[in-house]
Amino acid sequence: MLKNLIEKYKDLPDNLVQDIEKIVKEQKLSSEDIKKVFKKVMEEYEVSKIVPGEAIGVVTAESFGEPGTQMILRVFHFAGVAEMSLTLGLSRLIEIFDARKIPSTPKTEVYLKKKFSSDIKTIRKIAAMIKETSLNDVVREFSTNLTLFRVEIILDPVGMRDLNVTKKQVIDSLEREDFNVKETKDFIYVRHNDEDAKFVDLFRLKEKLKKVLIKGVKGITQVLPVKMGGEFIIMCAGSNLKDIAKIEGVDEKRIVTNNLFLIAETFGIEAARNMIIKESLDVIKNEGLNIDIRHIMFLADVMTSGGVIKGITRSGITSEKESVLARACFETPIKHLIKASVTGEVDNLNSVIENILLNQNVPVGTGLPDLVAKMVGEEEARMSKKRKEKKVKKGKKKK
Amino acid sequence: MWKRLAPEILQEVKKMKNESHIYKRVSKIVFGLMSPKIIRKRACAKIVTAELYDREGYPVDGGLMDVRLGVIDPGLRCKTCAGKLKECTGHFGYIEFARPIIHIKYIPYVLNFLKSTCRECSKLLITDEKIKNLKKGSGGDSVRKSSSSIKVCPHCKAKQYNVKLEKPSVFMENDKKLSPVEVRARLEKIPDCDVEKLGINSGMARPEWMILILLPIPPVTMRPSITLESGERSEDDLTHKLGDIVRINQRLFENINSGAPEVIIEDLWELLQYHVTTYFDNTLAQIPPARHRSGQPLRSLTERIKSKEGRFRHNLAGKRVNFAARAVISPDPRINFNEVGVPKIVAMELTVPEKVTEWNLDWLKGLVNNGADQYPGVNYVFTSDGKKRKVNEETKEQIIEELEAGCVVERHLLDGDISVFNRQPSLHRMSIMAHKIKVLEGKSFRLNPGVCTPYNADFDGDEMNLHIPQTEEARAEAEILMQVQTQLISPKNGLNVMGSIHDAITGNYILTKHLTFSREEAVNILYSIGVDDIGCMKFNKGEVSGKDVFSALLPKNLDFIGASKDGEEVLIKKGRLIKGIIDKATIGEDNGTLIRSIYTKYGEDVGIDTVGRIFKLGLEVLLDFGFTTCLSDTDLPKEVLVKNDNLIKNVEKEVEELIERYNKGKLEAMPGLTVTETLEGEVLKLLNRLRDEIGHRVFDCATDDNSTLLMARSGAQGSFLNLAQMSALVGQQSLGGGRIRDGYTKRTLSLFKRGDLLPDSRGFIRSSYKKGLNPYEYFFHSMTGRDSLMDTALRTPKSGYLYRRLANALQDLKVEYDGTVRDSNKRVIQFIYGGDGIDVSKSEGGTIDVKRIVKEVMQKI
Repeated sequence: MLKNLIEKYKDLPDNLVQDIEKIVKEQKLSSEDIKKVFKKVMEEYEVSKIVPGEAIGVVTAESFGEPGTQMILRVFHFAGVAEMSLTLGLSRLIEIFDARKIPSTPKTEVYLKKKFSSDIKTIRKIAAMIKETSLNDVVREFSTNLTLFRVEIILDPVGMRDLNVTKKQVIDSLEREDFNVKETKDFIYVRHNDEDAKFVDLFRLKEKLKKVLIKGVKGITQVLPVKMGGEFIIMCAGSNLKDIAKIEGVDEKRIVTNNLFLIAETFGIEAARNMIIKESLDVIKNEGLNIDIRHIMFLADVMTSGGVIKGITRSGITSEKESVLARACFETPIKHLIKASVTGEVDNLNSVIENILLNQNVPVGTGLPDLVAKMVGEEEARMSKKRKEKKVKKGKKKK
Repeated sequence: MWKRLAPEILQEVKKMKNESHIYKRVSKIVFGLMSPKIIRKRACAKIVTAELYDREGYPVDGGLMDVRLGVIDPGLRCKTCAGKLKECTGHFGYIEFARPIIHIKYIPYVLNFLKSTCRECSKLLITDEKIKNLKKGSGGDSVRKSSSSIKVCPHCKAKQYNVKLEKPSVFMENDKKLSPVEVRARLEKIPDCDVEKLGINSGMARPEWMILILLPIPPVTMRPSITLESGERSEDDLTHKLGDIVRINQRLFENINSGAPEVIIEDLWELLQYHVTTYFDNTLAQIPPARHRSGQPLRSLTERIKSKEGRFRHNLAGKRVNFAARAVISPDPRINFNEVGVPKIVAMELTVPEKVTEWNLDWLKGLVNNGADQYPGVNYVFTSDGKKRKVNEETKEQIIEELEAGCVVERHLLDGDISVFNRQPSLHRMSIMAHKIKVLEGKSFRLNPGVCTPYNADFDGDEMNLHIPQTEEARAEAEILMQVQTQLISPKNGLNVMGSIHDAITGNYILTKHLTFSREEAVNILYSIGVDDIGCMKFNKGEVSGKDVFSALLPKNLDFIGASKDGEEVLIKKGRLIKGIIDKATIGEDNGTLIRSIYTKYGEDVGIDTVGRIFKLGLEVLLDFGFTTCLSDTDLPKEVLVKNDNLIKNVEKEVEELIERYNKGKLEAMPGLTVTETLEGEVLKLLNRLRDEIGHRVFDCATDDNSTLLMARSGAQGSFLNLAQMSALVGQQSLGGGRIRDGYTKRTLSLFKRGDLLPDSRGFIRSSYKKGLNPYEYFFHSMTGRDSLMDTALRTPKSGYLYRRLANALQDLKVEYDGTVRDSNKRVIQFIYGGDGIDVSKSEGGTIDVKRIVKEVMQKI
């Protein structure tokens, strides 16, 4: 019965059908009623369908632009940790739509597998494993010994204890990076690999040493175990998906970051699209605004439909426009005009703004339909035009 | 074009041509470089002298203001097309350079050519096989990159040198200057096929055309001179610049002809290059800008085009219109939502073109007879031969006599005419809506306060614009698609943007809560808002309840179940309000469930009508019942004051304890926080809880005759917080998410002790607005005030730019006839809009409410 109706009203979108199914099951409607419900829903659906020609892009732009004036501009300092803050509100929204390669406050949420997520101690341990520790974090002093031509490193025992790092670990990781490490009682020292290196190279070596990764995941500057929805997760400042996923105990299926490009790279463009939707929705909800999800989805589709994330900037989506005038109207008109003149571009006046420039009807909304008039001698006209073109071509060849 | 149309249409079109204009339609625009040949061909005059006018003030032949280039003086005629001022759009001229000059905007391209072609044979520096291997479509970049390291030409084996650009416009080859003559000679030799490989369309642009030997002189109409009050002429910046160019060019010619030393010629050449460069762009970084005598930089061609004030954004994308008016707005709740009150003086200035037919002839004659100065009159008449005639006392009678079918009469605005009303910033489509004209006395535009929200207008001096559509198509579109009633539901989220506001909500709240009326009173109120069907009212001992009065506005068969603001059920059966109180949740904006229900069930017109009547009823009730807010609304009973004081004391004690624990180091830090941050968070939590608690107490102790409370309860304006701040305490001021931070060493202000962490010194305001703030409280309060002002000022341009980018990127995306969403290249963005094809502005909060439909279906049985 239900199946027949679903088949009959197959034009209804899935989410409505699901809604009906759910209610029908809850309320146990009679088959007569179900029929009526379907009929009524279909009627209303037909009425509320979008009309061809609707300039839906502009509607979406308006839906974001108008509440944009009500959003706040500030950085929210997440849970007080100085380095761990979150860009929120308008700034974050702009960041998403710009499609910046790296967000100003990258963040990764690491979920743990069930076995690991109950005990706070194991969680802290995993968190410590994730946090990036560079040599600089465990060293009290770097000094360049010019007479012996080496960099001397005095380790910081307190820092090492806090970060759970042993001397051997330090030396191992230095050796892994092909440094010429030697150990003495008080300190370790590193010689330059190149025998005839200059003093400048020694200083460079020192700077390089500071950044050597001792342990943890590269790019994660802060970690913080937080209880969220009944389980502990680890909030990380910085984004790195591949390396975190390798750590034992991490649930690699639920790991999330706000770095859109990283998501697109690791999980694909569809995931990036969903992430754009989620991140934008978060901002909007946080602001207490109400924008229909369709607009957000639409924008995400526009940004990702080319297979890569394209920002809403002059180098992103706008640069893909076919029309010279449309691009020139937005930003850097001279650049576009000069390029058009050199490459002999043709503007076919297909979109809105060019036609506004020329005082012509725009091809959206009520400007879309045209009256069709039958031309007499249309065929002849076309033929004669072709003949002319041929002549011109011949003429060129002769030259 | 003409001949291809069918004969009968052709005749029709020919007839039309006699009557009005035939519009051309541009189907495409091709861009390209101008060759010297084209420049000469298009020119109407060769400019040879920098002189502008002769002694009589007449333009000199061969000068920059040559009459062959068009006219800007009223009396003169163009020598090229014989057109008068405004008829002739102007014609180009040209000058011939004594030596070639490089066009500054094409320098990157020229450099690219020089670098990737052989200096001897001008062929590409890479072999054809290699080019094949290079990626297609990458333009000239890849060719240039792969040829940059080549030292010997593969074709003629000539040795290659490195070409460098010495900014702004000098090319150097091995520290030797390449003169534009040499550059041009090299570019000329590049074969067309190689030009194509460098990403340039050889049919449209030859590289040597980037080095100018001829310069087109723009028509005079493009650079009109202004006559000052003193009778002196002030020339346009471009004319000045062109004058410089022509003068230097002449001198260069003379010097070359007289065989002057090479140094002088070089100098002049360089100077000419400078002038031509600054003629094109006067904002280049490496070049000192050319200036007026007063020191103000000249406005070059580039500046005319780019930026917000440039040709594109200022003149082409945005245009000025006729038949528009702007005036201050003021409220008038007695006109309808879809009406606009227009002052008579405006109505007599703006006109509607009315085509004369035999049916309206007499009526229009009457209007013409009124003249232009009497209200329903006529300003101009277009006679059937297309002549425009002004109506005044002298011409009136003759015009009336000649008036016949086919004339067009521009008559004054009348009630019911359609108009387009707009308030800037036009952030969403509800910022421009169509209203029916209602001509009123006074001098401001009047609008119903209910439509303030979509326009985001108030009446503190706001001005709005009114446009009168002039064609039948425009009027039809405005009436069908843009009228206020069609815009009730926002496409942003599917909620209603219009509804009752302020007093209208309070009025309906009071009405449906506890008012009763005598028969006379009820009839009186309903009559005064234009409701004459009072059959549904039930009288109980000659009295009628407010609910019944409200029900008189509702459609007769309306069924509705909803909830009021505080969650109580509102029930309407068969057009009668049975249970519940009407407040913001049912008739307000944003989520007025009752309004939306009426709108979807009965359509736009009934919907907007009912909303308007509900609005008027609310106001009428308040007018009858009397409603005011006063200082005594904020009075609190003594025992509440004492209780509040105790509460504050208790909380302060708690805060003190916290601080003590913190100072002793006993306070434990919360995960991820420092101890100080933990303290701040805890204190803030305590203080905010205190304010809320006091707020609720104030709310609870207020009586029903407290108007401020009434407004807050109904949702008309204000909240319990506002009331608490006025009567009890203002509470903690928060700046950047926390309490006020130190401005001096370890303290916020110098009147506190160092290290003081108590509420008072951190922006806690224990006074109420009524009592008044003490000095340091006042200071903290203004701190937060300033902060929020700053935030607004910084945010507006940011969000404005985001909006502009969005609008520009998305403007040509539309729903196609097949239901897909595509961009202007016809690339699919979505297969069905939003996944289900539902238009948000036709939905209920973004979806179709299946639950409601089921309910309706069940009820009918």
